[in-house]
Amino acid sequence: MNQMEYILQILPFILLGLQLTAKVYVVTLIFALPLGLLGALGKVNGPKIIQWFLFLYTWIWRGTPLLFQLFFMCYALPVLGVRLPPFVAVTLAFVLNYGAYLTEIFRGGIQSIDKGQYEAAKALGLSYPQTMRRIIIPQTVRRVLPPTCSEAVNLVKDTALLAVVGMPDILRIATQIFTRDFNVTPFVIAFILYLMISSVLVKLFGKLEQRYSIYE
Amino acid sequence: MEYVLSILPVLLRGLQLSLTVYIIVMILIFPVAIMAAIGKVSGPPWLKKLLHLYTWIWRGTPLLLQLFFIYFCLPYFGINFSPLVSVVLAFVLNVAAYETEIIRAGIESIDKGQYEAAKALGMTYPQTMRRIIIPQTIRRVLPATCNEAMLTFKDTALVAAIGMGDLLRSAKEVVTTDFKITAFFVAFAIYLLISSILVHLFTRLEKKFSIYE
Repeated sequence: MNQMEYILQILPFILLGLQLTAKVYVVTLIFALPLGLLGALGKVNGPKIIQWFLFLYTWIWRGTPLLFQLFFMCYALPVLGVRLPPFVAVTLAFVLNYGAYLTEIFRGGIQSIDKGQYEAAKALGLSYPQTMRRIIIPQTVRRVLPPTCSEAVNLVKDTALLAVVGMPDILRIATQIFTRDFNVTPFVIAFILYLMISSVLVKLFGKLEQRYSIYE
Repeated sequence: MEYVLSILPVLLRGLQLSLTVYIIVMILIFPVAIMAAIGKVSGPPWLKKLLHLYTWIWRGTPLLLQLFFIYFCLPYFGINFSPLVSVVLAFVLNVAAYETEIIRAGIESIDKGQYEAAKALGMTYPQTMRRIIIPQTIRRVLPATCNEAMLTFKDTALVAAIGMGDLLRSAKEVVTTDFKITAFFVAFAIYLLISSILVHLFTRLEKKFSIYE
């Protein structure tokens, strides 16, 4: 069979990998973003013990490799007797990791808001939760958008790590097809697929950043 | 406690590999990135296009994919590198792509007046770059570069995926052999220690270089 037929034959398998990649990506973002926000709020204004705990969390989860955390979830937890389904284990690792980075990003954003905003809110009689919800967080969102979008693009590339823990994502399926057929075509397809996805995301997020920065 | 001492040599050997890869990679990326950045800023159009393609592909695809490709596919084309060379090649190409963009942004942020002053002094373009622009650029890109260096250190864990005995893989093997997770905690402590040391080192480096800002 010629090259084109071969590509069409292996494409469905690789797109199956894309399905898992997309699932992990979306679920991670859904959970990591609120986690980051809560973590940032806790770090900025929580009781000392929460602050200390969150400091430990971000220090550990940002200071160790994501692959290490994945290995821990997939290989160490079973030894402790905790048997999570594979998808839950890997997604948990990703959520905790990205939650830590997002916590620091959001915290930086919150702390960059002028103290005058808080004073004005107090003068207007707003309670602290009201101040946060109506004044501070909306301004923070605009400021943290660039680094957050950058992390979101990085997440796509980090999902490739699923291949190392045996989950059938794009990279693993491409590797399997390569070792079976001894043909580099699946890798080329994987390259193009990842490139397309990250380019589309970069463009999308760029548009999002442009829309939100009209006042800066 | 004795158990920890007994597994420590294995883990430290893994650490040695991780650090070896890391140091070699960090040394090699700077010449590559600086030249690529200068090429992007002031090279002929075909070179600019080529470098743009390079950074687009190498930053837009996962490091692991690039690592797998170089390690598994190149032998298929008849190119047989040792595992260490494949790993270093993959890392250098990947990290240099990011570093190129960082340095390019740094170069472009240098005031055009510097170029004009250099021209007025009769300096050629290479002289201007070497004596005026690049020294200033280095100071500006230091924070972003240190950040990239930290990320790269954590990325060295990926060599575990192709069977190299780095810290992570050694830890995993001890855990699956002894069925005790102590090794993971030791590896975890080592990673935290090294990244904290690196953070401390880079912070001091940044402080030293930013005395004029």
